[in-house]
Amino acid sequence: MAELINRVAARGDSEAFRQLFQTFAPRVKSYMMRLGADPTTAEELAQETLLTVWRKAGLYSSDKGSAVTWIFTIARNLRIDRLRRDVPWQELPEGHDEEASNDMPPDEVVVERERQSRVQDVLTSLPPDQSEVVSLSYLEGLSHSEIADRLKLPLGTVKSRMRLAYQKIREAVEDLK
Amino acid sequence: MNITQHPDSSTLMSYAAGSLTEALSAVVCGHIAMCPACAREVRTLEAVGGALMERLDPVPVQQQSPLVILRAAEADNFDRAMPDTVADTDVPVPLQRLVGARLDDIRWRRLGMGVWHVPLRLSRAGEGDLRLLRVAPGQAMPDHGHGGAELTLILRGSYRDVFGDYHRGDVADLDSEAEHRPIADPETGCICLIASEQRARFKSLFGRIVQPLSGL
Repeated sequence: MAELINRVAARGDSEAFRQLFQTFAPRVKSYMMRLGADPTTAEELAQETLLTVWRKAGLYSSDKGSAVTWIFTIARNLRIDRLRRDVPWQELPEGHDEEASNDMPPDEVVVERERQSRVQDVLTSLPPDQSEVVSLSYLEGLSHSEIADRLKLPLGTVKSRMRLAYQKIREAVEDLK
Repeated sequence: MNITQHPDSSTLMSYAAGSLTEALSAVVCGHIAMCPACAREVRTLEAVGGALMERLDPVPVQQQSPLVILRAAEADNFDRAMPDTVADTDVPVPLQRLVGARLDDIRWRRLGMGVWHVPLRLSRAGEGDLRLLRVAPGQAMPDHGHGGAELTLILRGSYRDVFGDYHRGDVADLDSEAEHRPIADPETGCICLIASEQRARFKSLFGRIVQPLSGL
């Protein structure tokens, strides 16, 4: 997937982009709907996300995470922009503002792929109470206090479950770079 | 810069998830612009978002991709530009649109008793409270509890409270149970960005400062 983004960046490869679109647009749409967008808005935001992938492909490099992580950050930011409209402060650009690089060393691509797959594994092995708060945070868009309200738990319990989940995720990827 | 006080990992997770409220996000965003360690943590936490998004059942996208490609081809100027950076700035880049590039150019409003502030605009949907606060050297803030979470990012000088010393780049991450009485550094004073999850109780903090002066 990182390779496809690099092809888009290097020569505006529309076949590479078509593959990215087919893979990610339906998932971004799903993500937006999960967060409460109606299907039309979700569709628009998915299109906008992929358009941003096309336009910003040159800024992608492995220090921004795997391809799916980078696309997640674009989708997340577009959703926030849409919700808040005209936010007076600026979110950091996706992947912050390090030097852009089109020549991602292959070993970094491998490391990113490994990181992504370990994160995936940890998520599936989290105890249900931790997995629940993570999912409410990422996929329902709830703040700590909203999660506490929803689950009828003290705020401190919500935060400590998130900390525990975070600890496991961090341990799983610690030795990578 | 030697940053020793960081946001709680649950706060970073919520930020990476896109679920932290707007005012609190502004503070975290300013902090990670100054703190490479937290920027790395956020990157890992964004991988969680990527992994969760990847696992969602795809929903068919009705419009065909060629339409997007057509639009994309129109936008053929690839966006490689870095954000404009101002030389001689002491405000983290993401906050510059909000605060301006230099702390010296801020036009403070006096609250009295060695405290100045500038309330900052949030989007219309934004809840909570975001403001810059300047506290004179050695000045103590009144005791206060918090309505919900409160995040403070030090931009200049330092302050001290029961939880420790806070210097430029440090974040104090307090929940609603915390009571503290920060005292600004006796030589430098302190300028900070404070975000609060709720508006009402934060206002009452300022109420307590202003009230003695206005004779209420």
